[in-house]
Amino acid sequence: MAQLLASLAIGTLFGAGIAVSEMIDPARVIGFLDMAGRRDPTLAFVMIGALAVTIRAFALARRQGVTQALGSGFSIPAANGIDGGLILGSAIFGIGWGLSGFCPGPAIAALYSGLWPVIAFGISMLTGMVIFKFWGEKNG
Amino acid sequence: MITGRIAGISGILGGAFTTEAKELGWRLAFLAGLVLGPLVVKNLAGADVPITPQFSVPVLVLAGLLVGFGTRLGNGCTSGHSLCGLARGSARSIGATATFFVTAIATVFITRHVIGG
Repeated sequence: MAQLLASLAIGTLFGAGIAVSEMIDPARVIGFLDMAGRRDPTLAFVMIGALAVTIRAFALARRQGVTQALGSGFSIPAANGIDGGLILGSAIFGIGWGLSGFCPGPAIAALYSGLWPVIAFGISMLTGMVIFKFWGEKNG
Repeated sequence: MITGRIAGISGILGGAFTTEAKELGWRLAFLAGLVLGPLVVKNLAGADVPITPQFSVPVLVLAGLLVGFGTRLGNGCTSGHSLCGLARGSARSIGATATFFVTAIATVFITRHVIGG
């Protein structure tokens, strides 16, 4: 139960952060990615600000041997080394990101609006994940 | 951090297709919070949270498929690779972040300045 409540609280905080920083708005994201147009650099500050916090938090946790308050151990990804799937997947994701202005976090947060294009994107994104699940199982 | 998880949104979402109740619960709670957050900002703080879709629905559907498939194949999205991954100094995340920023910027350049004019 405590883990559920913590997850809800962290999700809410993350969603609020995405809203306040306006990363939730595709217009902002596309403006940020548009190098040749009128650049909107605000999201760079959002990312740098977020990294300033997460870098310290992860470093502190490592140095002090702090474990998580809840749950059973940090789940740090085990994979090492850059492989083709990582690069190809990231490249595909980048194209979709540029075509929409949505990456997964803000896309879910934007569902709050109930806007049809956002819902359509959300359904489609889930479909893409399901396709990967079946494709992935077939291709090991 | 508090629950010891890497907050990769695509991973949380992708993992939500599980039948394990224990794994499903916290994911759904997190996703519910993600939608709740902007509502809190809008209604309690009274701030405007604009969302202005930039493309037509068919384009968004295509983009959604690419984002969904790509983040699963690439093991992560902006939050997982660029926030958590870079913070940990992961080489994979640096590679992934560089890749999706390059293709995203190239895509926007093409749609805005080559096709869109």
